[in-house]
Amino acid sequence: MAKYLLLKHYRGAPAAVNDVPMAQWTPEEISAHMQYMQDFADRLEGTGEFVDGQALAPEGTFVRYDGEGRPPVTDGPFAETKDLIAGWMVIDVHSYERAVELAGELSAAPGAGGKPIHEWLELRPFLTAPPTITE
Amino acid sequence: MNEVLLRSLTPSVLGILVRRGADFAAAEDAVQEALIEAIRVWPADSSPSSSSQEPPVRDPKGWLVTVAWRRFIDATRADAARRRREELVEEEPAPGPAPGVDDTLQLYFLCAHPSLTPSSAVALTLRAVGGLTTRQIAEAYLVPEATMAQRISRAKRTISGVGVSPAQAGPRARGTFNQPGDVATVLRVLYLVFNEGYSGEVDLAAEAIRLTRQLASAIDHPEVAGLLALMLLHHARRAARIAPDGSLVPLAEQDRGRWDTEAIAEGVEILQAALARDRLGEYQAQAAIAALHADAPTTEETDWVQIVEWYDELARLTDSPVVRLNRAVAVGEADGPRAGLAALATLDASSASSVSRGHPVPRYTAVAAYLHERDGDLTKAARLYAEAAQKAPNLAERDHLTRQAARLNARLRR
Repeated sequence: MAKYLLLKHYRGAPAAVNDVPMAQWTPEEISAHMQYMQDFADRLEGTGEFVDGQALAPEGTFVRYDGEGRPPVTDGPFAETKDLIAGWMVIDVHSYERAVELAGELSAAPGAGGKPIHEWLELRPFLTAPPTITE
Repeated sequence: MNEVLLRSLTPSVLGILVRRGADFAAAEDAVQEALIEAIRVWPADSSPSSSSQEPPVRDPKGWLVTVAWRRFIDATRADAARRRREELVEEEPAPGPAPGVDDTLQLYFLCAHPSLTPSSAVALTLRAVGGLTTRQIAEAYLVPEATMAQRISRAKRTISGVGVSPAQAGPRARGTFNQPGDVATVLRVLYLVFNEGYSGEVDLAAEAIRLTRQLASAIDHPEVAGLLALMLLHHARRAARIAPDGSLVPLAEQDRGRWDTEAIAEGVEILQAALARDRLGEYQAQAAIAALHADAPTTEETDWVQIVEWYDELARLTDSPVVRLNRAVAVGEADGPRAGLAALATLDASSASSVSRGHPVPRYTAVAAYLHERDGDLTKAARLYAEAAQKAPNLAERDHLTRQAARLNARLRR
């Protein structure tokens, strides 16, 4: 069993096939998209493969330590930041092939014109616990 | 009441319900509820000094059977659509012969049925044979309880369709488990529980040993004994394997004084009895390698020549690239790093196809780094350690490999 993170990007992924900003969709198309995402998560819970899913606000703040006794420095958001995460889903599946299959299904979520977005999703394996028997 | 002792009753209680005519899925749910109830109401300490008003449970198994059967009947009655089963439970259940070893064995086979994915088989085995709660299993594998509950109920649905159905086989088939899988699939499941467990409330390695021990007492099979020996020999090193800061301590650097000599002695004894049967299998061969390590008072005194021979046996039995990789390490110790690198090169060629698909043999680069360091090529070794760290499938290994690269880079700067 292996856990994978499915990352959805606002920015930083290659362009989707059906690449129309959401604000240009009809309200019904937006509803259909949201329903698809919800159904997908529900279905994965039913197959025993769902771990977690969250969406993130596009605007974030960069924070760093600024030395003893000083408050942290904040900065941003930076318009030029290349990579912007929109949300994630964590799945627990029996193989890499299964993870790819599920990411493919999620990428088929409907967008403008009710057609699949064909959006690029990033698939990242979790680092696991070390196995006991190695030699 | 000791929870492990309580859970050890799970297979026989489940066996009794199935013999009385309950179907496996419903019986398993009922037993799970009875176990949860037992944990809730039984005094944690049933000694006389306990302040609890609850009297000590004299017959835990009888109690579990009674409660589980009542739960089963309640659940069945609640489901008015299932008339046939309702008629069944109206009958007073016959006491029947005491179920024993056979039921337990059938249960292992059923829960490891080849139609299940490994993760489903692991979850179902831990619940139906091990008596763990869904919550405990979910915590152990770091998934939500709802997900684990679904995984288990799907697994039960999958196996309810396998084998001979009661309708096809006639009334006599009722009250028995369905067609079993084979010993190899059961061992694979137990191996996974032992080897790929996370740490949580439940000690999965100890649980895997308990379940394998229980299986070994139910079936006389040299590979079951081999797996039990393998687990004991590795479990014996556990205290020495993880440093106080959580980092991994490689075998060569472990404080051998911290190895559990009792577990080693038991593992060796079980292994020797299994090997005497002359039916070698991969678990016995792996255990033999672990026993040779356990036998060496220091790293330097390790009998690497014999270990290479066991890897040769193992390669004949499995022909897995991981085995050939580990063999290359052993060859490096027995005949020097050049010989080890040569052994690694043969692996390189024969596993090229899997490497090109993006699934290289895990730890290949780490082994190459180690052999190059021993061969004196520190620059190459440092580069390979850093590369291996990038590819490491787990955090502990990544940190260990990063430290190796850092150690060599510091030496190279001097």
